[in-house]
Amino acid sequence: MRDRALALFASAARSRPASACACALACAAVALLGCAAARAQLVPDSQDFAIIERGRYLATVADCAACHTDPATKQPFAGGQPIETPFGIVRAANITPDAQTGIGNWSDDDFDAAVRRGRMPDGGHLYPAMPYPYFARMSKDDVLAMRAYLRTVPAVYNPVKTDQLPFPLSIRAGMALWNALYFEPGEFEPDAGQSAQWNRGAYLVRGPGHCGACHTPKTFLGGDKSDRRLEGYAIQGWFAPNINGGNGGIANWSVTDIAEYLQKGHNRFAAASGPMQEVVERSGSQMTSGDVEAIATYLEQQHSEGAGGSATVVAANDPRMAAGSAIYTDLCSACHKKDGSGVAYLIPNLAGAASVAARDPTSVLRVLISGAQSAATAAEPTAPAMPAYGRQLNDAQIAAVATYVRNSWGHASTPVSAGEVGKQRKRLSAD
Amino acid sequence: MARRLPAKDVVIVGLGWTGSILANELTDAGLEVLAIERGPWRNTATDYPPNAAQDELRYRIRHELFLRPEQTTFTFRNKMDETALPIRTWGAFMPPNGVGGGGVHWNAETWRFLPSDFVLRTHLTQRYGARFLPQDMTIQDWGVTYDELEPHYDAFEYLCGTCGTAGNLKGQIQDGGNPFEGSRSRPYPNPAQPQPFSHTLFAKAARELGYKPFPQPSGNMSRAYVNPLGVRLGPCTYCGFCEWFGCGNYSKASPQTTILPVLVRKPNFVARDNCEVTRINMDASGRRAKGVTFVDTSGQEWEQPAQLVILAAYTIFNVQLLMLSGIGKRYDPAKNEGVIGRNFTHQTISDVVSFFDKSKFVFNPFIASGAIGMCIDEFNGDNFDHGPHGFVGGGYMGQVQTNGRPIETTPVPPGTPRWGAKWKQAVRDNYQCALKPGTGVHGSMYSYRDVYLDLDPTYRDRFDRPLVRITMDFHDNELKQNAFLTDKFAEIFTAMGAKQVVKEYRKGPYDITKYQTTHLCGGAVMGTDPKTSALNRYLQSWDVPNLFVMGASAFPQNAGYNPTGTVAALAYWSAKAIREQYLKNPGPLVHA
Repeated sequence: MRDRALALFASAARSRPASACACALACAAVALLGCAAARAQLVPDSQDFAIIERGRYLATVADCAACHTDPATKQPFAGGQPIETPFGIVRAANITPDAQTGIGNWSDDDFDAAVRRGRMPDGGHLYPAMPYPYFARMSKDDVLAMRAYLRTVPAVYNPVKTDQLPFPLSIRAGMALWNALYFEPGEFEPDAGQSAQWNRGAYLVRGPGHCGACHTPKTFLGGDKSDRRLEGYAIQGWFAPNINGGNGGIANWSVTDIAEYLQKGHNRFAAASGPMQEVVERSGSQMTSGDVEAIATYLEQQHSEGAGGSATVVAANDPRMAAGSAIYTDLCSACHKKDGSGVAYLIPNLAGAASVAARDPTSVLRVLISGAQSAATAAEPTAPAMPAYGRQLNDAQIAAVATYVRNSWGHASTPVSAGEVGKQRKRLSAD
Repeated sequence: MARRLPAKDVVIVGLGWTGSILANELTDAGLEVLAIERGPWRNTATDYPPNAAQDELRYRIRHELFLRPEQTTFTFRNKMDETALPIRTWGAFMPPNGVGGGGVHWNAETWRFLPSDFVLRTHLTQRYGARFLPQDMTIQDWGVTYDELEPHYDAFEYLCGTCGTAGNLKGQIQDGGNPFEGSRSRPYPNPAQPQPFSHTLFAKAARELGYKPFPQPSGNMSRAYVNPLGVRLGPCTYCGFCEWFGCGNYSKASPQTTILPVLVRKPNFVARDNCEVTRINMDASGRRAKGVTFVDTSGQEWEQPAQLVILAAYTIFNVQLLMLSGIGKRYDPAKNEGVIGRNFTHQTISDVVSFFDKSKFVFNPFIASGAIGMCIDEFNGDNFDHGPHGFVGGGYMGQVQTNGRPIETTPVPPGTPRWGAKWKQAVRDNYQCALKPGTGVHGSMYSYRDVYLDLDPTYRDRFDRPLVRITMDFHDNELKQNAFLTDKFAEIFTAMGAKQVVKEYRKGPYDITKYQTTHLCGGAVMGTDPKTSALNRYLQSWDVPNLFVMGASAFPQNAGYNPTGTVAALAYWSAKAIREQYLKNPGPLVHA
């Protein structure tokens, strides 16, 4: 009964967006106190409110429910949701306390091994669709706090067949080799030369926040290119842009700009849509201001290692630019303005949004063809949307306007071909 | 057989402006609220994006956003001794449909009524004597005053980001604003929209004639705005596709752009679209509403119990639901008894089309917004001495041309053939140098004993319910008013330098096929006496205390302004009474 009551409390707190911020702050303070007390006992009390609440908060930071919610019943953590990977579909496991189909029978060490090492209680391997290479950076205390929280959620009987990859990827033992290539164990080590805020941000980005799962370029086997952290990667029909604040797509964003984007879904440049809409609505907007600012502080100081920004601007007299400019004036400029500046917090500033001049035009094309719904948060409830122009414009026209916005207002990026538009269109119509 | 749903604290019928306002206020008070909307959900980016919205044929001519007469309609006649026939295509007014209601397709002309409008009978009787009013005119006081509504007008203007120039700030008359308006507690939240050439020229001529022109208060944004709920609007792009259209640019105040983004996030709010409420269910005493019955698109009937019922549908549908649910005494014009259906009114609109020298005037009429325009208020309400003129009432007038759309707005001089090469040439010659304000003279319509709503004896809807029957005609008072105002209006265009001014007077009989406005009013009016009003001053039913009726159906008569500002102010006023008085002590808020 006690567990159930706590779970109810937690869910009630989440369902009131207006008070979520204050509540989360208060809970974070409680969590710190509780943490010290728990350490003194050696064996943490998994029914300690402070630990459960800390676990709930970390599960929000990690956005566990994004993948582990049952798509049919909308039951959080009951699993079954198909996760798209470059190699096929993996289904998220049931992580409710159900003994038969969930993780009710797991020991704390079993849970820790799965979350931080990708290993099942029977010794088998998880696929890295479960971002254990990131969660490996978390402290054991944090992982066990998440475990304590997950014990309190309703147990749901829901058998999930997680393996659906084709042969030979279906052989999970192959993951031992993958781990040897890409998995770097080891908790996060604070950098003594940086501030506590920077280190907290680094911990959240590299650990529970697992930002690199989408934003870091991958090898052909889906492993992170560890020398090109957060430099951008195409995933789920979107391009997760380079988010290194020093010299990437958000180089002109301040710490406040980054923090506002993560917490409100909107800042003076851009609007969160696509996968980031979900990240903001479920995770960023539910985090404490302190943590969001820590993430922003860390990201703002990161530098891209790899090549980037080498594209030369497409000349204004290029026929694609001329056509693009005409289409832009006719269809886009009423909202985004002639100079691309848009309306702060409402209509993205095309000169300053990270996705526009990314090296990969996937997101630009997607937004032009299918439109995009932006995030709705308590701070920014408007949630404006970009209309779809896929029916009105043909491939060459979309290529022209994409080339134009990617090479105007100080941008220089590769032109887009009609063929690329056609490919994206085909992909979107298959979705 | 109706299936019964779990009870709610509040059920709201209709999710337009007033439904959204009440839902927001009552969910803030912690109540569980369900809104039931007959039409579809409407969403800016997917239902009327800027790449589809500007389609005059689809929206203006073919009435995309409005109720389909196939779903339900009304019957109409001018006189009590005529047989009414069903309206099969909309003409004189456009019944809205869908989430956002009229707030989606309105022009966003956001006026306040004059202080004297709320005490009309008292005011006119005091100034001119009771015998000055026509004997069959049934105008009455509202039971609420301008001063009581002022904070609620203000709330709505700040919700919408209304753009305008104050004319009376805390009793001080302000240059550039409407000097006749009631005192406002603070300025408009946004400056007035910049005015195009013809509107500016009209203001100049009006000023030279001794009038005090001012920009029409507009819910089309002059700049980006964030309202007190945290919802953002973008600046208007002056596309000229506003009235009849949804705004794809987040630039026109509507429930979608001001309230709904906050409302849909609330865990204690639920909306059901595409569901039509067929009746209010009463308990055995006939003094208490138990909830409503509605039908979904599959024909399934559902019973929704609720503690509090809010009618927030369009004027006629509010009245229809009261009649079909047996609430209140139906109006009988022969005996002059009963209240439901009584004091039904519309508007008295006319226009002046003027033609200028094309070598000197290029107006670019397509640069426009829904509420753009320069107006004068000298001939509204009782702002002038009616004694010599033999009528009461009036209206604002102005160059409020809201579009230069190719199908609707191609004025040609009288005598031009209606089609063919000569017509085309005349359109070419005049498009840039002719002016055609949409509702140039926006006159009042006062209430009369023989203008009313009742249930049609013959025609029935798809649920076998009688259709509402409209009995309406113009009276001499309104026709005289219109002739006087139209002449005054025309003088200004002459002073602007028009070479030809064509006066399009409003003439009787009332024509159901010609568009005037969608401002139908009355039928369930508010007041101080249950014998002559359906609702008390808080919009609470005299007969059923847990029923409140929003909307212009509460207007005892219509003033010479667009009604939405007053409709919304009344909704906030009523919501405040529910929150602060009714919830503490559910029962009649006024004892007659």
